[in-house]
Amino acid sequence: MSDATPYIGRAMKRVEDPRLIQGLGTYTDDLRLAGLLHACILRSPHAHARIRRIETSAAKAIPGVVAVFTGADVNDSCGAVPCAAAIPDLKAPRHTVLAGDRVYFVGHAVAVAVATDPYIACDAIDEIEVDYDPLPAVVNAMEALKSGSALTHPDMGANVAFTHVVNGGSDIDAAFRNADRIIKHRLYHQRLTPMPIEPRAVVASYHRGEGTLTLWTSTQIPHLLRTLLPNMLGIPETKLRIVAPEVGGGFGAKLNVYAEEALCAHLAMRLSAPVKWVESRRENAASTIHGRDQIGDYEVAVKNDGRILGLKATSVADLGAYLQLLTPAVPTLTGLVLTGCYKIPAIRFEVVGVYTNKMATDAYRGAGRPEATYLIERLMDVVANELKIDRLDLRLKHFPAPGDFPFATSCGVTYDSGNYQGTLAKAKQLADWDALMADRKAARAAGKLFGVGVSTYVEICAMGPSKAMPAGGWEWGCVRMEISAKVTVITGVTPHGQGQETSFAQIVADRLGVPIEDVAVLKGDTNVAHYGRDTYGSRGTAVGGTAIVMSVDKVIKKAKTLAAHLFETLDDYVVFENGKFKAPGITAREIAWSELAAEAYLAKNLPAGFEPGLEASSFFEPENFTFPFGTHICAVEVDRDTGEVAITKYVAVDDCGNQINPLLVEGQVQGGIAHAIGQALFEQTIYDENGQLLTGEFMDYAIPRATDIPEYTLGSTVTPSPVNPLGVKGVGEAGTIGATPAIANAVIDALTPLGVVHLDLPMTPERIWRAMQTRTVATV
Amino acid sequence: MTIPVRLRVNNAPRQHDIEPRVLLVHYLRDVCGLTGTHVGCETGICGACTVLVDGKAVKSCTVFAVQADGSEITTIEGLAANGVMHPVQQGFWECHGLQCGYCTPGMIMAAVHLLTKQKAPTRGQIASGLRGNLCRCTGYTHIIDAVSYAASHATEAAHV
Ligand code: FES
Ligand code: FES
Repeated sequence: MSDATPYIGRAMKRVEDPRLIQGLGTYTDDLRLAGLLHACILRSPHAHARIRRIETSAAKAIPGVVAVFTGADVNDSCGAVPCAAAIPDLKAPRHTVLAGDRVYFVGHAVAVAVATDPYIACDAIDEIEVDYDPLPAVVNAMEALKSGSALTHPDMGANVAFTHVVNGGSDIDAAFRNADRIIKHRLYHQRLTPMPIEPRAVVASYHRGEGTLTLWTSTQIPHLLRTLLPNMLGIPETKLRIVAPEVGGGFGAKLNVYAEEALCAHLAMRLSAPVKWVESRRENAASTIHGRDQIGDYEVAVKNDGRILGLKATSVADLGAYLQLLTPAVPTLTGLVLTGCYKIPAIRFEVVGVYTNKMATDAYRGAGRPEATYLIERLMDVVANELKIDRLDLRLKHFPAPGDFPFATSCGVTYDSGNYQGTLAKAKQLADWDALMADRKAARAAGKLFGVGVSTYVEICAMGPSKAMPAGGWEWGCVRMEISAKVTVITGVTPHGQGQETSFAQIVADRLGVPIEDVAVLKGDTNVAHYGRDTYGSRGTAVGGTAIVMSVDKVIKKAKTLAAHLFETLDDYVVFENGKFKAPGITAREIAWSELAAEAYLAKNLPAGFEPGLEASSFFEPENFTFPFGTHICAVEVDRDTGEVAITKYVAVDDCGNQINPLLVEGQVQGGIAHAIGQALFEQTIYDENGQLLTGEFMDYAIPRATDIPEYTLGSTVTPSPVNPLGVKGVGEAGTIGATPAIANAVIDALTPLGVVHLDLPMTPERIWRAMQTRTVATV
Repeated sequence: MTIPVRLRVNNAPRQHDIEPRVLLVHYLRDVCGLTGTHVGCETGICGACTVLVDGKAVKSCTVFAVQADGSEITTIEGLAANGVMHPVQQGFWECHGLQCGYCTPGMIMAAVHLLTKQKAPTRGQIASGLRGNLCRCTGYTHIIDAVSYAASHATEAAHV
């Protein structure tokens, strides 16, 4: 109860967990429907080919096979996969649910078999014969820009999808004219595969009598699907119910409208039977979106005293063959936080989006901001090294002061609040910076390759103001005090591991003064949570939580009116405290929720004009994004013989504003840093020169294991956001964004004695070893 | 063609005629209806499908159901005894050892087996013991906390 310690701010264990740790959660693949059919998809083994002929008769003849369809059978009746990003002059190929007469990437869906059993459906696709005529594949985005390059989509005439240019702040040309030096650097942000442990899965069921379609899908965005699927299926929004049951990890990979979702729905309608499709890991690697893949040339205009006057970035984003939901928007996000947490008066950002014969890239944890943060944090070190300035001093020199917020950047956004000096100071203290520098000195003297890396990051969260969001950035929430005085909370965000069944209950229980056990949070079903814009971009608590707060406050306001009526006084004399309504000085009587809720619903004694019930819903439209920030410090030792990197110390101080549940915040930070460790040291999606995917399994795509994780020292500072009443900023992506450059900077620092000034990500033992060999040879 | 299989799952006898190609994980999920055991890769890498076969952690996607004939299998659903969660389950709850929960059943079963071999493992030993199980959400630190918690709270109770 709220007269004890408030729930907000407490490290509480989660209400989600008992079902999940006992094997009682229901993920999409766990659904069992009567008469369920199973779909299996045949995919292209070629990066680019013409399909001469598809022969399905042998597959259809297998007992248990119900149907086999190709693009020719479904593409006319099932609409194209949508892209929601609005970029001027965007050139987009039509993205049919199954391939037409060409395939454009390895993993492109060519045909689907439906059978009574999943094993039989797999047998069936083995019996489909496809006669392919392989064509030249475009696999390198830089090459794709050259004249004479092969074309990803020959009918489009060019590989460029769009060019996006931002000029921000003061005159960039003047900045470069006034510079003492111009420091140039090329950086590559490799392609990554999100790899949630649960692959995608879809179950579709059509009710012919009602004309309603229910789609259970492992998605982050049931509401956006409900908005976007009607165009593909020809079913009105009102007849479409999307359910995201338990979702086994998303990281952006499930922030999409996928061909298979529409295809299963189409099949269920066409075959009058429920249809399930479950992605294999190989399909997940090939046909679920990838992330990042930007290469850029960066120029920094500096004065000899270290002042940075301007930054130019020219990058090329490898989009893959098709535009998924946000494919072209992601690289443009990089331009929004290009200057990081620094005062850089002038910028120019240009990104060219290029089609290649690969899977589409789209939003993967961080989406655009890791690219920006990696480049600015690497550049800060490069500039510091070139100018022989201390890298921390260089950063400090360019931080806005805490009093400068709200701080308008030259990228055109306004940082809500911040104290970058605070996180840096705290991280230095936790890392015992001076001792760490002494350790480095001693280690180097002993011939060891020991390095320390720092990253001071800021990111954009709480997506976002609707003006900046393709599908609207508001959020919806509903709070209902039930007749039993239990509380039902319905949120339009769709958590899939973030724990908002717990943190939202904390928020509501505190405000209503009820025990947390009495609050149930519902989500993820469009028939229950009628509106929503779902979970991505670290928006759940900052935007979704605020819609809940607004609704609770409306319920309390309404309840006060009823209490006033029962006290026979005016609303203004009623006080609500610790879950009780009182009218001090008027009556000693107190009314608890149990009594008030019963009055509200039994409705025998209501004030005139008072609607029965105690329920309120709200749409929250954020006025701005939030901008969490932090400092990560990483120490590494590189093995001289093997090139292996051992992280010997890791300190992260993150500021995500107020924390509802510090245990969950810690979990998000640790999980995010693990993604960054993968990105910095192991992970890379690789296509060979023919467009063959070489990283199609966990065997070939190395996500971190338990033994790859160092011991962390985690700290935080709290600078509340003024943008929402909870003062929260969001923390889902912070670790991923802040940690990659800290690790990369540490490895480069370790290799500095060998004369290595830069290495591309991922810094695998092989890459490091090779760099050490050439350097050793060069210096001998 | 089917082959008769008899085994015990979570202390209950089971007898079915099964196609020889059916993986143990699919048998458990689709025939026994025990969907707590998950599939993350079907290639023996991720560990989401880990169950105990005769007390040892086994990735059930690497075994045909017919190969498990005569064995005693424990899945996540059978881990709690008389409604009391196993210390490893309790540890995962206390320490926020899961986020999406998809890797969790396999992770818990692997940890249960680990603790039967090592009563008081160090953090490093826990990490090594769980190398065969992938988690993309937690970053593992809280999982290691959870297993340490379980090791220090394990009683001599009649758990697996
Ligand atoms: S499903 Fe068995 S190891 Fe991944
Ligand atoms: S909790 Fe999501 S994969 Fe481990």
